Amino acid sequence: MRIEKLGFTPAQVSAHVGDTIEWVNADFIAHTATARNGAWDVMIPANAKRSVVLKADGTVDYYCKLHPNMTGSVSVAK
Amino acid sequence: MMFVRISGALAALLLASGIACAQGAKPTDPQIAHIAYTAGQLDIEAAQQALQKSKNKEVRDFATNMETDHKAVNDKALALVKKLNVKPEDNDTSKAMTKQAAEKRAELAKLSGAAFDKAYIDNEVAYHKAVNGALEKTLIPSASNGELKDLLTTGLKIFQGHEQHAEHVAADLK
Repeated sequence: MRIEKLGFTPAQVSAHVGDTIEWVNADFIAHTATARNGAWDVMIPANAKRSVVLKADGTVDYYCKLHPNMTGSVSVAK
Repeated sequence: MMFVRISGALAALLLASGIACAQGAKPTDPQIAHIAYTAGQLDIEAAQQALQKSKNKEVRDFATNMETDHKAVNDKALALVKKLNVKPEDNDTSKAMTKQAAEKRAELAKLSGAAFDKAYIDNEVAYHKAVNGALEKTLIPSASNGELKDLLTTGLKIFQGHEQHAEHVAADLK
């Protein structure tokens, strides 16, 4: 998924346990994708991509620690 | 321009609302570019002081990001004014902000430890609030050039993020 102009796009995604979610940062500044439940905390440099494997099911709300006005969520099914 | 000594945050807010009044009419693109660049540069200098003085990881991480983000935005701003052949123009607002920031740095220089951390972060919340208010109400609406307006709008989103980040850190410092 994309990070552009301080937004996670799409804001809500669905996946399955074992899937990999990848963020492509199209902004010229770094962002993080930080799960509010502590499950993952990914730093994505400017113009770079990073990914994480979704190991648990459930809905994970996440945000950018540096710009907390950026929020998203992932619904992970078994 | 009359400069009255009031508390930092209040002065900053008055500054934000005073931009339009200070210029008489709305600011021009060269003035807007100068104000936006100066606002970023001043936050970089504040961050550098924090990195010299603070031993708190959250505060240091915040300050590091202030330096990185504002440098990135200012680099974009410099590239844009060069491309548009706009020469940033110094003005009363930039001068007042610069003076106020120097006074705040002198105040913070006398503090250390938790007192410094709290004062630095509290000022960052107030400063970003004031700058964001000025961007939203005056600088972005007054900008004539579309690319400048776009960059300022992206900048505003970034700086709103900074404001929230600063608020998170402030809450943790309590």
